[in-house]
Amino acid sequence: MDDLLADFLTETHEGLLALDSALVRLERTPDDQPTLSEVFRLVHTIKGTCGFLGLARLEAVAHAAENVLGRYRDGTLPVTAGGITLILRALDRVKEIVAGLEAGGAEPPGDDAALIAALDAAAAGEDPGVVAGGGVAAAAPPAPAETAPAAPPPAAPSSAESPPEPGPAATGNAPQTIRVSVDVLEDLMTLVSELVLTRNQLLQLARAHQADAFAVPLQRLSHITSDLQEGVMKTRMQPIGNAWAKLPRLVRDLAHELGKKIELEMQGAQTELDRQVLELIRDPLTHMVRNSADHGLEPPAERRAAGKPETGRILLNAYHEGGHIIIEIGDDGRGLPVERIRAKALANGLATESELAQMSEREILRFIFAPGFSTAQQVTAVSGRGVGMDVVKTNIEKIGGTVELASRQGRGTTFTIKIPLTLAIASALIVEAGGERFALPQIGVVELVRVGSGQEGAPRIERIKDAPVLRLRERLLPLVSLAGLLRLPAAREEEGFVAVMQVGGQVFGIILDRVFDTEEIVVKPVAPILRHITMFSGNTILGDGSVIMILDPNGIARAAGVGLDTAEEEGRRGAPAARGVSSEASTSLLLFRAGPGGPKAVPLGLVARLEVIPGERIEMSGTTPVVQYRGGLMPLVAPMPGWVPPGAGERQPVLVFTENGRAMGLAVEEILDVIEERFVIEPGTARPGFIGSAVIAGRVTEVVDTAHWLAQAGEDWFRPAAAAPGGAPRPRLLLVEDSAFFRHLVVPALAAAGYDVTAVESATEALRLRDDGAPFDAVISDIEMPEMDGIAFARAIRAGGPWAEAPLIALSSRAAPADVARGRDAGFTDYVAKYDREGLLQSLRECLAVTPAAA
Amino acid sequence: MPAASVAAASAVMPAALSAALREEAVFLTLVVAGQWCAVAVHAVRDVLGAHSITRIPLAREEVAGSLNLRGRIVTALDLRLRLGLPPREPGAQTMSVVVEQGGELYALLVDQVGEVMPLPPEGFAPHPPTLDPLWREVSHGVHRQEDRLVIVLDVGRVLAIG
Repeated sequence: MDDLLADFLTETHEGLLALDSALVRLERTPDDQPTLSEVFRLVHTIKGTCGFLGLARLEAVAHAAENVLGRYRDGTLPVTAGGITLILRALDRVKEIVAGLEAGGAEPPGDDAALIAALDAAAAGEDPGVVAGGGVAAAAPPAPAETAPAAPPPAAPSSAESPPEPGPAATGNAPQTIRVSVDVLEDLMTLVSELVLTRNQLLQLARAHQADAFAVPLQRLSHITSDLQEGVMKTRMQPIGNAWAKLPRLVRDLAHELGKKIELEMQGAQTELDRQVLELIRDPLTHMVRNSADHGLEPPAERRAAGKPETGRILLNAYHEGGHIIIEIGDDGRGLPVERIRAKALANGLATESELAQMSEREILRFIFAPGFSTAQQVTAVSGRGVGMDVVKTNIEKIGGTVELASRQGRGTTFTIKIPLTLAIASALIVEAGGERFALPQIGVVELVRVGSGQEGAPRIERIKDAPVLRLRERLLPLVSLAGLLRLPAAREEEGFVAVMQVGGQVFGIILDRVFDTEEIVVKPVAPILRHITMFSGNTILGDGSVIMILDPNGIARAAGVGLDTAEEEGRRGAPAARGVSSEASTSLLLFRAGPGGPKAVPLGLVARLEVIPGERIEMSGTTPVVQYRGGLMPLVAPMPGWVPPGAGERQPVLVFTENGRAMGLAVEEILDVIEERFVIEPGTARPGFIGSAVIAGRVTEVVDTAHWLAQAGEDWFRPAAAAPGGAPRPRLLLVEDSAFFRHLVVPALAAAGYDVTAVESATEALRLRDDGAPFDAVISDIEMPEMDGIAFARAIRAGGPWAEAPLIALSSRAAPADVARGRDAGFTDYVAKYDREGLLQSLRECLAVTPAAA
Repeated sequence: MPAASVAAASAVMPAALSAALREEAVFLTLVVAGQWCAVAVHAVRDVLGAHSITRIPLAREEVAGSLNLRGRIVTALDLRLRLGLPPREPGAQTMSVVVEQGGELYALLVDQVGEVMPLPPEGFAPHPPTLDPLWREVSHGVHRQEDRLVIVLDVGRVLAIG
């Protein structure tokens, strides 16, 4: 409303000015049709607008004046000096009211009855000229010449006392806002940017030369430049509401078209941002709101069935945070279909089944930002054309922003966009790598960590194989070396800095040699012949006059392979607490050495025996080394490149795994230790054969994916008798397990055994799947879990619903008879100890044989 | 006074005019690895002596870096490398010929800058068929002079990399 009023006042001022001179012209040449039409149109516009804004007094006066002018224009009434005077009086009244409006935000009280009556009388054909004619008519001409001074005296002081919000007012009816071409503002911005650079340069010079005489005026220049910069930035600021203006209509039309009930709520429409950013954000926002309306929100019937109000809500929220603006687009719809995204990702070859099995829900959701990814089952006119979120993401990243999403099945989806307030001037860290300086925009920098062996307690950069990592507050941060990425000579790594970056959902560190200070930089695009280097977003001139390249965190993340949008930050925000209370976080691990890099680990429970085999017993069967072991042949595989079986006289340590009565030996260099420890696996750094890495006994340790190596030992290793023959659908299993480690362990094993496995982190999530009607042939659940434990979960399942009859297998580290009895009481079909892979597979075969198609 | 300045202006006028008319034919000569080259003067914005240049990692080999020319960022191209000539000795003196192309400024690093001179059309000769295809691509032709041959570079083509 305030904005509308401000616009109205600006327009009315312009109109009144034009009217004054037009009326005077009209008085001189009463028959001038174009002038008459112009006057009529101007008055008509004022009347129309104030009617719309509910300004009753203004409307009545303007309406009466318009009546008279209408008759003049139609030629049914001759233009007389008296009539013009009357119109001018009406306009003066309009100005008076407008002045009051400006000062107080509302129409001032007053009685216009006499004036309106006189106008009506004139419209009816009476010539008022006789009454006031000469005197007022003579007084009228000077009025337009000095519009401002002619303002009613009381208005001016009151407007000074309470300056209205949209711009400072000098006098009552001087226009408070003026229209300036955008080009002028752009030029101003460019000039100010240059000024900032020059100022920085001067300051640097002054620092170097200790020129005292210049210090004070320079300081002053610096302040003024900063103020000017701020002022010019302000002229470019627009409320984000401007980008939202079309959305209510869009949503209304969509609701109509889709047969949905949608309520659009907009908060923080007054939040201002640079108009350039505003323009660039407009389309992505529209697209996302459209997506929410089309895909996010359910039809009324479905909402009713889900126990939600029929009317779906889309919430737009904007606010400032630091130097950024945060925009949230949320809906209370069905949430993103994780399963469908997973299937689509697999179908599109974006990830393999085993990669997907290791991913958290968050990571999977981010596939919607992959190019050409759309899960809409039907292509509608509204969205679902397969172009979309990737474009949205690209556009947002182009302006140095980030987009994240959170989705809950049945509860809705929220996208969070973070963008800089302006593109022209950014704050950057000046850093050095490989002997060169670079500017690192601060938007993505979460923190700076000093690394090195120099100080006591300072974190050190460690390596897993060739990949540098940093242990930072009990998490493993993948690192990239800036010098390495830019193919510059790498400096020694013992001393230096790591800039912890957040790009999208991805957190990683950039290894830097030195960090200087922060500087305001003006981002300039690079020359066309350098555009192919995605590592830079632009270049700029520093205070010392040198040119510096500006790093693009997105480009670095992509080049380093950490920004593929397979965000591994799963529990970080999601449920850090849940992981902390995970009951079986403490696990017995066998540590061993195999190949380069740090130690490797495998859960002790998976290892059948440890053997040291003399080299002469190792024979070759084709290309596979084997040993005769317990009446059979045991293949040996080694989780390290370039392993050759030892010759006679040497001894080979082997971890023996058994499965289906067969054995496989994992050849290692040395068995180190068995320890009991709680740890958290970071899947991010995984390479084939390893589930991921974790900090174990204070060292970065890779955890072996036994399924991978077992599969290497023989193709038919994991093809149990129960595997569905000839393309029959694979039995669907649901695994409820709060520990990421066990999910990563069990899911690939079950998948390899021919099951279609879905893993969830909690019982509540599982129950949500049930309520969504997801069908499963059997459910495997952990017992000790935070929130709802396995016992309560079993009771909930048996209490009714589609899974009431489904086989339910408990998987627990506690398998004492009392525990088993308690589990069976609660409704578990079977009870299997953790790590007992064979026992679990056996149990599944039995359960599924009894109920071939439960659920 | 006014009369004098008018006279001066009129005296200058014809020369400036003819220079403008002949602009296409006026060239700046320069030397790269002993080879005389020339670029059309109308594209040249500046000639600089030694200047500090910021290296640009990952850029093509011939991109020497970027430099600050009175607040504008200029991308520097090493003409030796661009023309497939051997790199200069470390520490050797360079000059920069700043040219404008598509609103962007580029500096061509050369060993030595010669003079601004007209190249009469009759001196131009087509490329000898044996000329290196790269040179053929980036030059308009060869200009014969009494004591030397000057390769006339096509600035647009020289900058067409990447």
